[in-house]
Amino acid sequence: MDTSSITPEETACISEREDSIRTAGKSKTAIHCADDSLAGSVSQRACVFCGARVVLNPVTDAVHLVHGPIGCAAYTWDIRGSLSGVSEMYRNSFSTDMKERDVVFGGEKKLTACIDEIVEKYHPPAIFVYATCVTGMIGDDIVAVCKEAARHHRIEVIPVESSGFISGNKVVGYRAAALALLRLITPKDGEQVEKTQKLNFLGEYNLSGEMWLARRYLAEMGIEINVAFTGDATVAALKQAPGACLNLVQCTGSMHWMAQQLEKQFSIPFMDVNFFGAGNTAESLRKIARFYDDPVITERTERLIERETARIAPAIERYRQKLARKRAAIYVGGAYKAVALIRQLRELGMEIVLTGTQTGKTEEYATITGLLDDGAIVVDDTNPAEIERFLLEKKVDVMAGGVKERVLAYKLGVGFVDHNHDRKECLAGFDGAVNFAREVYVSTCSPVWKYCRTPAGGA
Amino acid sequence: MAPAGNPGTVRLVNENQCQHCMPLGGIIAFRGIAGAMTLVHGSQGCSTYMRLTCVNHFNEPVDIASSSLNEKQTIHGGEANLKKALDNVRRVYAPSIIGVLTTCLAETMGEDLDRIIRDYRNGQENGCPDIIAVPTPSYSGSHTEGYWAATRAVIAHYARPSAPHRRIGVIVPHISPADIREIRRIFTLMGLECTIIPDYSLTLDRPFAGKYRKIPEGGTRPDEIAALPGAPLAIQFGATCPDTLSPGLWLEQEYGVPLVTLPLPVGIEAADQLLAFLEKVSGHSRPEALANERGWLLDGMADAHKFNAEGRAVIYGEPELAYALTRACTENGIAPVVIATGTRTSRLFACIEPLLAGLDERPVLLEEADFAAIEAVAIRAGANIAIGHSGGKFFTERHGIPVVRTGFPVHDRVGGQRILTAGYAGTLAFLDRITNTLLEEKHKSYRRLRYEETNRTEIMEGI
Repeated sequence: MDTSSITPEETACISEREDSIRTAGKSKTAIHCADDSLAGSVSQRACVFCGARVVLNPVTDAVHLVHGPIGCAAYTWDIRGSLSGVSEMYRNSFSTDMKERDVVFGGEKKLTACIDEIVEKYHPPAIFVYATCVTGMIGDDIVAVCKEAARHHRIEVIPVESSGFISGNKVVGYRAAALALLRLITPKDGEQVEKTQKLNFLGEYNLSGEMWLARRYLAEMGIEINVAFTGDATVAALKQAPGACLNLVQCTGSMHWMAQQLEKQFSIPFMDVNFFGAGNTAESLRKIARFYDDPVITERTERLIERETARIAPAIERYRQKLARKRAAIYVGGAYKAVALIRQLRELGMEIVLTGTQTGKTEEYATITGLLDDGAIVVDDTNPAEIERFLLEKKVDVMAGGVKERVLAYKLGVGFVDHNHDRKECLAGFDGAVNFAREVYVSTCSPVWKYCRTPAGGA
Repeated sequence: MAPAGNPGTVRLVNENQCQHCMPLGGIIAFRGIAGAMTLVHGSQGCSTYMRLTCVNHFNEPVDIASSSLNEKQTIHGGEANLKKALDNVRRVYAPSIIGVLTTCLAETMGEDLDRIIRDYRNGQENGCPDIIAVPTPSYSGSHTEGYWAATRAVIAHYARPSAPHRRIGVIVPHISPADIREIRRIFTLMGLECTIIPDYSLTLDRPFAGKYRKIPEGGTRPDEIAALPGAPLAIQFGATCPDTLSPGLWLEQEYGVPLVTLPLPVGIEAADQLLAFLEKVSGHSRPEALANERGWLLDGMADAHKFNAEGRAVIYGEPELAYALTRACTENGIAPVVIATGTRTSRLFACIEPLLAGLDERPVLLEEADFAAIEAVAIRAGANIAIGHSGGKFFTERHGIPVVRTGFPVHDRVGGQRILTAGYAGTLAFLDRITNTLLEEKHKSYRRLRYEETNRTEIMEGI
């Protein structure tokens, strides 16, 4: 049995989903996107709470307290691959563990008591209090509870308006997180944050130390990171955010709005950067250097790019030879990551036959479609049935995506590259480009597929 | 002897959860019913989180639909969304059964599921799959209760007065697919027919086939469930199952099917108990294969007993498994120093009590516990091995205590779906993992420790 020739199992696609599927070079109308998920479609999306939780969770020395029944906290305990240089507090998951009587009588008192317990045990500089479906529904006034607790304990207690039902789109949760962060970093009366030549790195979550790697590059150029939003960030460092002279924005989905606010409130300009892939990394470093407009920085930047590019070239070339003309699929959360992956996979000589995102916007899809060859499929907010259909139709060799896509790919005998936010490999920068190529290679060309694709009893 | 019970003051905050939420257990139970698909009535995130948790543990695609409630429906009612979701699930998955599990959101909204589903069914002219609704609000219990509640609801939905037959009803708690297979093998070896419910041994652990099945083959068939009232008896491996949720008790009360409650056959005593009972029921003794397996287990227990005697275990997880693991430890001379569950349970401690008689040291027993509490007492009690799910990872990270992974979820190692603990063979395989973990730790440090112990005076003088 050659599994690559298996026709998709009777695949009924939902007709309402047809407008969310486009073929590059063929479809005339724009893709339908940025809408609520269709009920019953088995979307790969999550919720507002999830969006807020993943953006704020890397704040290392804060306590993250989920106000609601146990599930929301249990499912998000230590969920990200964000690393910390000092505090490990963020890796704990706190819940007010609401029970039936709390739902009936209101959870405000329990929330207050939980905050008291946490302060007594840990004395954290800040507590983020996340609203969930139930607490939003019963109308717990978490803003008032947080305000009172902050006054009482003289620490930051910050409400996050993240009731899951507000939307099935994580992007709304990103906004809730951004509002919470703004509340934290806006100087209080009488506080002054001194302006510096440092930059903030927004939408960088220090997955597997990726922020640290960028910090090393920037340090070599003579530029210092003020604070990242929110990879390896401490509460104290975040409060210095208004002192930066520039904001870099990497994960645009989660942080573009934040960058606009910082520009409005603190006159900090921002620029998009992308450290995924050697080409993107080099471009981004040059862009940053241009902003500083300093010949010394420019010279160091060019030296760094030249050295690193030369250093990784042999490894990339080795993988490129193994991977040339293999067929790849991409399904990720945000569009910026999809764009970076298209470029990176291309650099390895691969053909991209399917690309999709959970939260892309119309203009982002236009960019994606423009990058792809004619015939490639573009999908918004897809589901397992569609992924299966296109993986088989397009004879995909390897897929880049998150956990839920991984098992599906493996069941079909398709390789997989983990680009989820809990990944354990550093995929950014020049070193990350090699790690990425290696990961694509070991999965695409693994010996196991030979056996999986061969009939029982041998060829 | 330390007193039992929850030491220290009562805490309200839950720090690092030992349990998951109620609908998740329901999803796993429905996965063990042939042709079933599940739909979670709530916001989109619930179903996605539960999918992630299942995918990471079982390494299988686990599709769970959602009614994707948003703000508007939360105010005006989720009926239209739920109906639309049912339509779409039917179109894509063509299930013969849809299990609808509520969330805390839907329950707080006060959704009248029975009416909505009745209404939906009435509107279908060309037939409709069976729709079974189970209330599973997260604030009412853990995934353990959700599992029992859904299993009971499925049986209550299908069971019909049936002519007496020979197939024994076998109700299993939330165990691994491998354990379900092992229990089936034992019944088969004993020449006994049985209906295992729920049976997700194939649906949540699929042999590679090069394809993805939207509704995987396998599971207990509705016709088998319908005939359960005609069973000669029902065995429920559920000593800790609360009466209000007990599927076996329901069968007994509604249809007079004699209920035999047995502990999970983990450990020699519990496995003997099962085999003795099956010998009585079948009227013949066990075949050589099982007799040999028992012999190998005894042989292994003898070989390992001195190593095991060094074990001081913290055992945690769902009540039924915690009970089974405690048995396996006590009968092998491994001291259980902490036994904990995240679930609120009225039964676990009563089950465990007889196992504790004669122990040199009384373990600390915790229920509705979080890992902050479990860790604190385990460290105080000098635990040197943890047995339970991946939630115990901080034992290793923070305290250097190894975790022998079993239960659910196991998300940071492969093979959660095939961890075997049941039967003589399963017990031995599991016991070897525990013993070898203890040995590995010993060999890591004993040279240094012996040196430090025997040279302590010098070191002290040096200071």
